[in-house]
Amino acid sequence: MAFVRKEFLHIFRDVRTLVILFGIPAAQLLIFGYAVRTDLKNASIAVLDNARDNVSNELINKLEASDFFTISNRLDSFDEIDATFKKGKIKAVVVFPAEMSATLTREGHATVSIIADASEPNTASLVTGYTSGIMNDYSATLTKQITSGLPVIIPDVRMYFNPNLESHFMFIPGIITLVLILLSALLTSVSIVREKEFGTMEVLLVSPLKPWQIIVGKVAPYFFLSLFNVIIILLMAWFVFKLPVRGSIALLIAECMLYILMGLSFGILISTIVDKMENAIIITFMGLLLPGLLLSGFIFPIENMPKIYDYVSMIMPPRWFIEIIRPIMIKGAGFEYVWKETLILAGMTLFLIVLSARKFKVRLEENAR
Amino acid sequence: MEREKVIEVRDLVKRFGSFTANDRLTFDVYRGEIFGFLGANGAGKTTAMRILCGLSRPTSGKVTVAGIDSHRPEEIKKRIGYMSQRFSLYEDLTVNENIELYGGIYGMTMKEIRPRREELLRRLSFTGYGNTLILALPLGLRQKLAFAVALFHEPEIVFLDEPTSGVDPVTRRQFWEMIYETASRGITVFVTTHYMDEAEYCDRITIMSEGRIVALDTPSALRQQYGTASVEELFVKIARPQRINA
Repeated sequence: MAFVRKEFLHIFRDVRTLVILFGIPAAQLLIFGYAVRTDLKNASIAVLDNARDNVSNELINKLEASDFFTISNRLDSFDEIDATFKKGKIKAVVVFPAEMSATLTREGHATVSIIADASEPNTASLVTGYTSGIMNDYSATLTKQITSGLPVIIPDVRMYFNPNLESHFMFIPGIITLVLILLSALLTSVSIVREKEFGTMEVLLVSPLKPWQIIVGKVAPYFFLSLFNVIIILLMAWFVFKLPVRGSIALLIAECMLYILMGLSFGILISTIVDKMENAIIITFMGLLLPGLLLSGFIFPIENMPKIYDYVSMIMPPRWFIEIIRPIMIKGAGFEYVWKETLILAGMTLFLIVLSARKFKVRLEENAR
Repeated sequence: MEREKVIEVRDLVKRFGSFTANDRLTFDVYRGEIFGFLGANGAGKTTAMRILCGLSRPTSGKVTVAGIDSHRPEEIKKRIGYMSQRFSLYEDLTVNENIELYGGIYGMTMKEIRPRREELLRRLSFTGYGNTLILALPLGLRQKLAFAVALFHEPEIVFLDEPTSGVDPVTRRQFWEMIYETASRGITVFVTTHYMDEAEYCDRITIMSEGRIVALDTPSALRQQYGTASVEELFVKIARPQRINA
């Protein structure tokens, strides 16, 4: 009994164990319960209404009325579709053919094209599935009204960017996102903390090296190694999974460099708050891997989550990076489509660099005690 | 012994918030001297030593190390060597790589490093061990090498922070022989220690307690003054902390 009591005392006296004990189940429940949703809610779609008649109007109203979609854009021509997708917000474009109503009465059927952005294959299948469903429902009501023949609206589904709906189109940018931040943050924090643990940091600090030289010296190798890693992943994606980079490689590499820089400053920040290598590893995994996996839009689309998760994910660098590299790699988007996200990421990076440099300096003074 | 001052400390005060870690310290250290710095844990030794090494700035007072004011720590750092209680060579690097690293940090070129490195290895009878990983060396040898590396850039003063804690008596003895040899070359040795027998080996010792210097003289003079048989007894008599250091 005394022994059991001792264990309870250990647990209640150590805040960290308490957090693990009660905080993690709660967090998991919240994240998985709300973030991991495989159904569709309020997906943004666009319509290109070449018909402008009562049938197309009714269908548009039906789409708008459903909980699944929000029509956030009306296009005027086919040429706009590509650019619309590259911007990333719109998941699908529904194209109504010219003189739809007339065709329907004359020939008994008409074809409506549903073009989905298949860079996120799961969302694309959901969107096209739900849209086709709504079309079919509408067809059924028409059949009752018009007795002559079987007038059907035939959904013609097209998967843009990724016609075969290959899931690695989605996974590879996601994996690059995760691997890069994990590697760069983990390796830097562990390597700096190791110097502290082994006492070699003191020797460096007493040397004429300036703190920034120590930091740059510590992270520079990891910067290049991470970059090398990106190139290996891209080559593998190309040769093994046949996923070409459709956009500019130079732009992609530049964005990766920015992202690596952010991961490295994250690592420095972690190294200033922990003293043990295990802690550095735990913090990196808990703080970066889990939210990065679940809240970055890597697997589960952010649009389907409650709004609050959307806001939370906004402070997660991986979210922005995914929104940058996915369009570049899969949609062939240029800088004009990703500059906003790049700016946000650059701002975050700058903030982290300043913060970690500050903390690093403060740490040096505190150590004097 | 010529009495050239290499460290001058006048009314050094270091505060952390409301806590005074160093309270008006004043002392001089002379060239070629072995200067022992004693004190219980939390007495303020480490703080003072960090200020002397240019790692921390004094709150007030004047500190000059190797003729340079403590407001220019970069210049001080070039002229001092440092070795801590914790082991300070990279275990996964070879002897040569460690030496080259430290030489490089102190701004030496490979051309300057190479002959000096060979000389050092010869002096320590380490010839042939150049490509051995530190990991493979016994602790005693590592400690010797770490000391030699701290002296590699020929500093005027070398600071040793509890260099012999956790080391066996034989190695400790050898280590002190190296310290004597270093001091005889005119390099000032500033050493903190917990071992009172080691304090007896110093030319002069300082005892700190609660942020103040409570004694400063040669070991024999202090023993006489306080009428104790050893420095250990003396230390217990005057340096016992009055409060709990949590």
